[in-house]
Amino acid sequence: MNGKSEITEKYLGLYKDNINKISGISSAFINSFRAPAFEKFSELGIPTKKNEAYKYTNLNIFFDHDYENYFMPVPSDFIKAEEFRCDVTDLDAHGIVLLNGFYPTLNEKLRQLPSGVWIGSLNEAAVRFADIFEKHFGKYAKSETDGLIHLNTAMASDGVFVYIPEGVTLSKPVQVVNLVQSDEDMFNQHRNLIIAEKNSVFSIIICDHTLSPQKFLTNAVTEVFVGENAHFDIIRVQNEHNNACKITNTFIHQEKNSVTSSNNITLHGGLIRNSTYHHLGGEGAESYSYGLFLADKWQHIDNFVNMDHAFPNCTSNQLFKGVLDDMSTGAFNGRILVRPDAQGTLAYQKNNNILLTDDAKMDTKPQLEIFADDVKCSHGATIGQLDDDALFYLQSRGIDKREARLMLMFGFAHEVIQNIKIEPLRERMDNLVMQRLKGELSRCASCMVKCG
Amino acid sequence: MLIINNLKASIEGKSILKGISLEVKPGEIHAIMGPNGSGKSTLAAVLAGREFVEVTEGTVSYLGKNLLEMAAEDRAKEGIFLGFQYPIEIPGVSMVNFMKTAVNEHRKHKGLEPLSASDFLKMMRDKKELVEIDSKLANRSVNEGFSGGEKKKNEIFQMAMLEPKLAILDETDSGLDIDALRIVANGVNKLKRPDNSFIVITHYQRLLDYIIPDVVHVLYDGRIVKTAGKELAIELEEKGYDWIKKEVENNVIA
Amino acid sequence: MEKDQDKILSDVTTGEYKYGFYSDIEMDRIPKGLSEEVVRIISAKKKEPEWLLDFRLKSYRHWLTMKMPTWANLKIAPINYQEIIFYAAPKERKNLNNVDDIDPELKKTFDKLGIPLEEQKHLAGVAVDAVIDSVSVKTTFKETLAEMGIIFCSFSDAVKEYPDLVKRYMGSVVPYTDNFFATLNSAVFSDGSFCYIPKGVRCPMELSTYFRINSANTGQFERTLLIADEESYVSYLEGCTAPSRDENQLHAAIVEIVAEKNAEVKYSTVQNWYPGDKEGKGGVFNFVTKRGMCKGENSKISWTQIETGSAITWKYPSCILRGDNSTGEFYSVAVTNNYQQADTGTKMTHIGKNTKSTIVSKGISAGHGQNSYRGLVKVLKNASNARNYSQCDSLLLGDKCGAHTFPYLEVDNQTAIVEHEATTSKIGEDQIFYCNQRGISTEDAIGLIVNGYAREVINKLPMEFAVEAQKLLQISLEGSVG
Repeated sequence: MNGKSEITEKYLGLYKDNINKISGISSAFINSFRAPAFEKFSELGIPTKKNEAYKYTNLNIFFDHDYENYFMPVPSDFIKAEEFRCDVTDLDAHGIVLLNGFYPTLNEKLRQLPSGVWIGSLNEAAVRFADIFEKHFGKYAKSETDGLIHLNTAMASDGVFVYIPEGVTLSKPVQVVNLVQSDEDMFNQHRNLIIAEKNSVFSIIICDHTLSPQKFLTNAVTEVFVGENAHFDIIRVQNEHNNACKITNTFIHQEKNSVTSSNNITLHGGLIRNSTYHHLGGEGAESYSYGLFLADKWQHIDNFVNMDHAFPNCTSNQLFKGVLDDMSTGAFNGRILVRPDAQGTLAYQKNNNILLTDDAKMDTKPQLEIFADDVKCSHGATIGQLDDDALFYLQSRGIDKREARLMLMFGFAHEVIQNIKIEPLRERMDNLVMQRLKGELSRCASCMVKCG
Repeated sequence: MLIINNLKASIEGKSILKGISLEVKPGEIHAIMGPNGSGKSTLAAVLAGREFVEVTEGTVSYLGKNLLEMAAEDRAKEGIFLGFQYPIEIPGVSMVNFMKTAVNEHRKHKGLEPLSASDFLKMMRDKKELVEIDSKLANRSVNEGFSGGEKKKNEIFQMAMLEPKLAILDETDSGLDIDALRIVANGVNKLKRPDNSFIVITHYQRLLDYIIPDVVHVLYDGRIVKTAGKELAIELEEKGYDWIKKEVENNVIA
Repeated sequence: MEKDQDKILSDVTTGEYKYGFYSDIEMDRIPKGLSEEVVRIISAKKKEPEWLLDFRLKSYRHWLTMKMPTWANLKIAPINYQEIIFYAAPKERKNLNNVDDIDPELKKTFDKLGIPLEEQKHLAGVAVDAVIDSVSVKTTFKETLAEMGIIFCSFSDAVKEYPDLVKRYMGSVVPYTDNFFATLNSAVFSDGSFCYIPKGVRCPMELSTYFRINSANTGQFERTLLIADEESYVSYLEGCTAPSRDENQLHAAIVEIVAEKNAEVKYSTVQNWYPGDKEGKGGVFNFVTKRGMCKGENSKISWTQIETGSAITWKYPSCILRGDNSTGEFYSVAVTNNYQQADTGTKMTHIGKNTKSTIVSKGISAGHGQNSYRGLVKVLKNASNARNYSQCDSLLLGDKCGAHTFPYLEVDNQTAIVEHEATTSKIGEDQIFYCNQRGISTEDAIGLIVNGYAREVINKLPMEFAVEAQKLLQISLEGSVG
């Protein structure tokens, strides 16, 4: 099996052709990771269905395509990006815009918020906050099986940097609007680093949008450090067109007694793969991982979760749901790993899916790997339809069948959405999901592209 | 039968029992009353051999033996029965199998042959009648899916099966309606003999309308602060626990 | 109590394997090693027809192109196929029609295992095919069954006497290309049981095969083929043991079941191959391919397994639910103690309409044992109204063992309902204390609780086996709690 696939060869070539250009605009520290990551990528390659973690997702249709590759920011487009308005009314947030993987603000690459919080460009932070940056960058995004992580490390040069100092509570969330727009098919990779120090409280919203109808492929890596006793929430809202592929890899490292939650809401997208790695790296940590997707047409949505209980007395809970319409396909791959010394672990996982048509297909693979005995772990997975008894009950109260189905589906989805703590966003999500279920939202909100 | 002398015990380093002395003679019914958190259930747990309670001082002698040295199952085979406040559910283990194993362990301890299946079933039937327990319960898994009242009645049924010398009923009356309460009390009264004894732990006096105690103790803050005849229970019911608390505090001051 | 439990744990885990003895039987063995020549020798020894030799050779050649699978959650020491003896049989005596003609040593062996070969001594209602190393030595009640048209004999006899049936069904459920170990078996299989239940017949007794590995360095490669014709019913049992040895012994079997319209097959296994010693030395590698085809409408295949033995178990009794309204079931208890490893589960493939499957798996890990459930539920596009319910529980006794669950649910039909649930926990200390308080020792309490935990599965076994299984569980696990 020495022969690398043609597709992998293509990306190896891409690296070799552009590495000088990429290194030229990046900090020395980021550059120092590139060669070893490239080595690792050339060993692992682009994941195929033979890779157990990608068993149900075929990446070839997006990776086997000739994209225009943007390794340099295009300043002229930045103005348009800054004009982008988020349509979540009443959401009061510190906004950041990322265009095609680059931080565009022309004046200031890093912004200081109250209490010593910094948000801004990753590449800039690597130089200005070298001490903090070097303590965390590249420490959490590790994989022995997934080449895409290493492909990102080898080539990404910018993204979002957020720093919350010790003891600081940031009352407003940070909202990252992740835009992809180009008049050419484009492949881009970006890299985020979020550091929430000891005793801090902070949440971040990441919204993924496509603004033009070209074919896009994004491979993003986000590293998060959550210090002792800190509270951190990440909410990702995905709204991309059917010709876009988004791969997100989020690595959340938690220290002692910290509490985190992650919530991936996928409203629209061609091929989406969200990998979330939770590392419970200190005693008493709690981790919650949620996900909801609504898929139709030929969309394919894959959620992958790895819950790594490395220390005793940690708690985790996973809840992932999917509604599949038309000929859409979905996958869920959730793993709970309880390491030998992680006694006192409580770990739960639930995956429920509804198939609305005969052509939709769902594959799910929940896993438990338990090496400690004083644990309570369980998982449940279902693939089915709406509950007939419940449907009849609603109907018997005078609600027509269509409405009753909608209510049940909405209730099904709301179980995930209700875990969003930011109220205006939660309401907006409920609203969007309702519209989506009614079929009124055949394209993404605030998207100019008519796709599908 | 049971002599407790200056018993002190703690849970996770926190002192709960602070010097209890008590003697139960054959044929006696003792009631232990007291407000929540006074140490009633801890005392029951120590007597039954629950390990999370650490005995720090004092002695307990049962039929002349050092009870504290005995394993929980040996105490049971020697005739100590604990009616649990919260009976445990054991999925998949049928009551019949559970009780048969327990009864035969007791018999083995006494040097008797195990009961044959038919004798055992007959015994189950008789005892069920005695304590008026629904016979369906016996076919289910131990306490699994039982209501609160069913669980408590099941405890009394087990007591009837095992014929203990000293039965400790830990708040067996809590959560029971009046009918269930009567069934539980009748069970106790029917099982009472001149050679066996009961310690009835309760928060309320109402169980003692049905089970007449010889001695009533009031436990407060890990100590027995008052011991008297059955009239004490009635007094407590009328006045509540506050006057006891006051009395104790006054004594301390005096 | 903690200390007591440790003591009991060590007492129990050091308990001897009861069936570890070796019998000195006069054997006919071929030299060790595997080659095309060896395949030919096996076929010649068994005086096989040309078509079967061709099947073996075809399989062998295909096997040479294959690699051992590595996807299971198992650590397997490399197997040297040139060190294995692929054929060993007790020396043949003339007529085996009479029990008295059997080598007395052999008879003693089976008596010792509790499997008397004399019909009058045997439990009423169980017919036994006794297989030692590579061959079947005696099938009881053959004549009684024959009166009803039921064929129950050794696989070798079936090849001679019912070649058409064998040719029609062999490899129809597990093709010779299926997997590494099935292909190996197809090349070198020695003997096994064959069973055919004719149309409309309910087999009046339990049919059973008892497998015994006896010789050293010998692999066991039996093959069982069970055909239930329309409207028939059969309950089939299999049991197995092996001597205690320091080397690992390979057991790679195939079981194929075909259930025609309205037929029902119950297949039960109590697997107690030698598990190795407490340091993990020796023990049988149990790599088995078992699959049933619910071919006709309303057919039903039910697998029940109690897996307590073997150093390594790699086994996935499966059902292909082809007939409309057909049903597949899998009930399993797998125990891993000391250094045992198990990767076991099932595959339910829903093809027909209104097909139903149930999976109940109970894993118990103790010592350094590693226990994995691996299962696939696949609902194909046209399998409307498919139903599956899976429940996979793991019980951990001690903090050095592991319990793992790898379910795969693949659903391609809107009307399907597929549900999977799994839990992992340890024996509750309060449950044990509750039993203690009633005078039951910790050791017995664990026995009770484990048996209660496994009861749902044990209840599926025929009476005689249920008692045996319960005892086995008790022996392998009593008191092993941390």
